[in-house]
Amino acid sequence: MTTDAVIAEILAAHPREQSALLPILHDVQAEFGYVDAAAERIIADALNLSRAEVHGVVSFYHDFRSAPDPRPAVQICQAESCKARGIDMLMQAARDAAGERVRLAPVYCLGLCSVGPNARVGDRLHARLDEAQLVSLVTAQ
Amino acid sequence: MTAVRISDDALALACGADALAAAFEAAGCTVERASSWGMHWLEPLVEIDGMGFGPATPEDVDAILSGKSAKAIGPIATHPFIAGQQRLTFARAGRTRALSLEDYERTGGWAGLERARRIGPEHVLDEVARSGLRGRGGAGFPAGVKWRTVAKAPGARKFIVCNADEGDSGTFADRMLMEGDPLQLIEGMAIAAHAVGAAQGYIYIRSEYPHAIRKLRDALKLCADIIAPFNIDVRVGAGAYVCGEETSLLNSLEGKRGEVRGKPPLPALQGLFGCPTVVNNVLTLAAVPHILAEGGAQDYEARGAGRSKGTMPIQLAGNIRHGGLYETPFGVTLNQLIFEIGGGTASGRPVKAVQVGGPLGAYLHPGQFDIPFDYEAYAAADALIGHGGITVFDDTADMAAMARFAMEFCAVESCGKCTPCRIGSVRGQEIIDRILSGGRQADAVELLPQMHNARLAERSQAEEVQLLEELCAVMKDASLCALGGFTPYPVMSALRHWPADFGLSAR
Repeated sequence: MTTDAVIAEILAAHPREQSALLPILHDVQAEFGYVDAAAERIIADALNLSRAEVHGVVSFYHDFRSAPDPRPAVQICQAESCKARGIDMLMQAARDAAGERVRLAPVYCLGLCSVGPNARVGDRLHARLDEAQLVSLVTAQ
Repeated sequence: MTAVRISDDALALACGADALAAAFEAAGCTVERASSWGMHWLEPLVEIDGMGFGPATPEDVDAILSGKSAKAIGPIATHPFIAGQQRLTFARAGRTRALSLEDYERTGGWAGLERARRIGPEHVLDEVARSGLRGRGGAGFPAGVKWRTVAKAPGARKFIVCNADEGDSGTFADRMLMEGDPLQLIEGMAIAAHAVGAAQGYIYIRSEYPHAIRKLRDALKLCADIIAPFNIDVRVGAGAYVCGEETSLLNSLEGKRGEVRGKPPLPALQGLFGCPTVVNNVLTLAAVPHILAEGGAQDYEARGAGRSKGTMPIQLAGNIRHGGLYETPFGVTLNQLIFEIGGGTASGRPVKAVQVGGPLGAYLHPGQFDIPFDYEAYAAADALIGHGGITVFDDTADMAAMARFAMEFCAVESCGKCTPCRIGSVRGQEIIDRILSGGRQADAVELLPQMHNARLAERSQAEEVQLLEELCAVMKDASLCALGGFTPYPVMSALRHWPADFGLSAR
């Protein structure tokens, strides 16, 4: 199926109104891993919005990317509770393990604040990480 | 065959609950996945006939089943951490399965909604007001007043919006409730809808909580007939912290950038799609079924301290030995919470600072640990209760780095609508950097002959501190919402209590 056809299918599953924009963008992001200018244009036409309005939304939220990034991603919590449990001391080792191959994305809180340092890969959560565990988590991607 | 209960809460999963459950199944046990008791240092916690074992790993299975495990903690329900609490909102935590209508009804579920339908909207509004329930999201606004405003507001369409965008570090009560007892939240929203005359509700939940999203969606399918004609949709956020602010949340629900709206108009009068809207936090709405049950309002009102009524699900987080969920009436002190209940730091080192109320809350010094936990007492100490998250730091914490991080976080998450927050947060980082480097010399541009009005003299550390104080005053007074307005709390409290971390002598 072509990209346009997939987006058309996603649009057909949602009401044609602006309030459906975030759910639509989530679906497109999940399908392709990004929402690019071409996708923005199709969505804008379908919802009777300008492309600028759609792009404004895409660029506002951290979850949406405008270009593909084929690298696997590891989200590492960088918020206060994980700092209190020493995440900052582990980051250099994680960066070394990731290199250019794995994307380390900061996340501000996974809501596991009593058992940090925490990380998330896809929908899998990891808690009570020490340096060796974090490094092997990054290396395993 | 031995029946084993293991939580399927996201935190238990992150600590390895699935592998543990599989190991028990392989050993011939039946495993039931329940909600979490909230004793996080013991997760994954195994429960067999009311007795607890934790934190358990697959290697412990044989020892647990043969009764020789060193990880036995005795009966869970009478464990000091649980027995010392007064659980109303979290009454079912650990005791029921999240998606079992049978468990929910057996433990008093739907009694509040049935009674609300019987006594009518006017009496529901009276009872919520009488209970003294205040918004648990942070602002502490009386729920009864908000609901009555929406009920009286003219408009054919009204909405109930649940703010489940729990972005504050150190907080997880919303997540635990949505994962462990989603039906109670739904019942609370249905009662609110009945009271104000709304037909449609939304739960706006952050995308960082995939497990809670699934549980809520499944729970809504289970009980659609019970709450009908009221309908609830789950909407997923997209990683913007500021969307926890109610007006930016409404913009996000409408499919727009999550920018803050000016107030007035209040969302209660012109909220979602310009219609009167109740926006309440998860814990506020989840407290409602208890209040609406027979005698619930008086019971709720009788607990607490001063004008802070009822119980608060407090979240013990960060560097604390016994972290988890502790629901207790207002009035408890940090000394009790951290040392008696929480057992001090996880690292065993002395406590240096405690941040109460998430990233926008003040850092409290051990000298302030005797302040009673209530909205007014904290406001008087230039601090916030916020969402009830308590993050403990030991003596290795660098408070200047934490102050800088507060500004950095504000800069990353600012929606960009108002200047004090958008620009102030960046300038704040720069000033803190200059304080740390001992002051500031004139830069290359300022030294150019054309810049004859620029100041050439060195700016001292003390002058930079004064500049930071002035910047914080502007951010506090002139920002549109709490993100820019409250970022000065962690910054100024860190500066006030730990000047040495900034390279300053005590002032």
